[in-house]
Amino acid sequence: MASTIVIDKAAPTRSVKYGSMSRDRAWALRWSYFFLTLFAIFSLVPPLYMLITSLKSSAEISAATNPWWVFHPTLSNYIQLLSSNQFLRFFWNSAMVSIVVVTITMLISVPAAFALARMRFWGSATLATGVFLTYLIPDTLLFIPLFKMFAVFGDWTGIQLINRWYVLLLIYPTLTVPFCTWTMIGYFASIPKELDEAAIIDGASWFQTLTRIFIPVALPGLIAATIFAFTVSWAQFLYPLVFTTSTDQLVLPVGIITTLIKGDVFNWGQIMTGALLGAAPPLIIYAFLMDYYIAGLTAGATKG
Amino acid sequence: MADVTLRKVVKRYDDVEAVRGIDLDIADKEFVVLVGPSGCGKSTTLRMIAGLEDITDGDIMIGGDVVNDVPPKDRDIAMVFQNYALYPHMTVAENMSFGLRLKHYPKAEIKSRVTEAARMLDITDLIDRKPKQLSGGQRQRVAMGRAIVRNPKVFLFDEPLSNLDAKLRVQMRIEIKKVHQKVRTTTVYVTHDQVEAMTLADRVVVMNHGRIEQIGTPNELYHKPATRFVAGFIGSPAMNFIPCRLEDAAGKLQIRLTDRISFPLPPERAARYQNVPRNEKLLLGLRPEHITEASAHAEPGVENFEVVLDVIEPMGMETLIYFILEGVEVCGRASPNAGAQAGAPFRLAVDLNNMHLLNEATGAVI
Repeated sequence: MASTIVIDKAAPTRSVKYGSMSRDRAWALRWSYFFLTLFAIFSLVPPLYMLITSLKSSAEISAATNPWWVFHPTLSNYIQLLSSNQFLRFFWNSAMVSIVVVTITMLISVPAAFALARMRFWGSATLATGVFLTYLIPDTLLFIPLFKMFAVFGDWTGIQLINRWYVLLLIYPTLTVPFCTWTMIGYFASIPKELDEAAIIDGASWFQTLTRIFIPVALPGLIAATIFAFTVSWAQFLYPLVFTTSTDQLVLPVGIITTLIKGDVFNWGQIMTGALLGAAPPLIIYAFLMDYYIAGLTAGATKG
Repeated sequence: MADVTLRKVVKRYDDVEAVRGIDLDIADKEFVVLVGPSGCGKSTTLRMIAGLEDITDGDIMIGGDVVNDVPPKDRDIAMVFQNYALYPHMTVAENMSFGLRLKHYPKAEIKSRVTEAARMLDITDLIDRKPKQLSGGQRQRVAMGRAIVRNPKVFLFDEPLSNLDAKLRVQMRIEIKKVHQKVRTTTVYVTHDQVEAMTLADRVVVMNHGRIEQIGTPNELYHKPATRFVAGFIGSPAMNFIPCRLEDAAGKLQIRLTDRISFPLPPERAARYQNVPRNEKLLLGLRPEHITEASAHAEPGVENFEVVLDVIEPMGMETLIYFILEGVEVCGRASPNAGAQAGAPFRLAVDLNNMHLLNEATGAVI
């Protein structure tokens, strides 16, 4: 009889336990939202401030009014920048450099990653690690020897690369290729070995295996690498600052600070406008590619 | 139309010998199953036939041509993998036709072959789906379809059913057998499941430690195993091995299991074992179905004795009974109506007409 009494008591305790489990979950969610809100504020306030400032005239910016409110909104900053040939030139230079660098990077790192991930050859593992180590060397350490190299190259051959925007096409891949190769190695390595074996038995060459199986299957990884390469080339500051000086050779980030800061006069309205306009292309690209980026395309390849 | 021949094939990884000199002749249209425990070299052997692994030594011939250095795509083989290896970004039809499209077959031909294979495998409705929209069994069918469409010289299966649940596995096993009956193509099939091996194969190759233990039809392996390994591997529950020796009693050969239990051998067996040294350590091999409850009337070669049962496992159609003899756990199969009870004495009958005698030291069946 005693045991039945215990069972009777156990029943309500158990239902309470179910309740406490969902309470745990509710607390977890509350904390998640708390931190998400915190980080959203943290990362969205600066762009908001930029937007507010970009809509103000210079007079209003220097006036002692509430900096978080626009009393006399104006588009003059936008009109001035977008009608300035110089600013459009920066934009054009940045776009050219980024697009070509992304193309070069993908053309090098995708086949390289495929070779390093799949074709076992002598030293392939060491080479893969080497690629990663290359990425770990900071660009602040590299720009002086690189500058010297291009200077010496110019002296020897007479081909002047310094102060030309296209010198960046040679320099940026030193940053993007190692990282993209490394990420792509990871993505390719996660593709089951049987998939390329099946392709090989089906009669595909290495190249066909890469183009018809690996690239489509690793598309999310490829897009991640593309976004990375684009962001790095678009936002790079140090190299263009060092390697280009004439205003018609500048890219956007360097162009904004060298032409809109005149001595100790900061044209804040235009600086903020230029920065906002400069941030637009990566944002648009992110928005378009986000779905691919997240999608898990490998689902269903093998037993899931 | 192709036979497959392996001559002294060896595979060595650095200092590990995975396959140690295999000789195997697979006839045209034959269904051969390589079976053995994991690490026995069966998958490596299959992958060497496919060309996915280089061979260290020996020769592999497909259709009479040595293919040692021929790349997989030129061997005219098709392979079905354990995890299906479907291309996730292609539809079922695209998956099946990938090989043909690479070889630039005419579109109409590709379509008719895919349709035909899909019909045969009953996946016509799924032809436009992506692999992730398919169940495990359906994916397995697509993987087979991809092989059939190519119309290759040899089908290679690498544990194709291991990822399926038990019920589906039985169903797909029958499916594979049906396909082979329709598309008579030389097939090499690797599995670690002896039931799959027995049910599918024309001939079974039992492998162990990188060597072939025995080649034979399922019935040969079951009734005439050559070694202790084969005897123990084929059949479930496994064959019992009870330590024993031979002795002469009143001019007749008899087999002694314990101080208490000994049986006279049936005449046919006595003749076969006459020359075995009497002091040799031997094992009596008996399948569970030859250890049953004693029946009322005696039959020649069937001997009765009494044991105390250790454990019983009612299976419905039969009851598995376990008892200890000479420190060895022995399994028998009794009728569910025989009244077997754990811890209770039980009168057994052993059928010595179906016994095996093994040399304990060498493991060879005498």
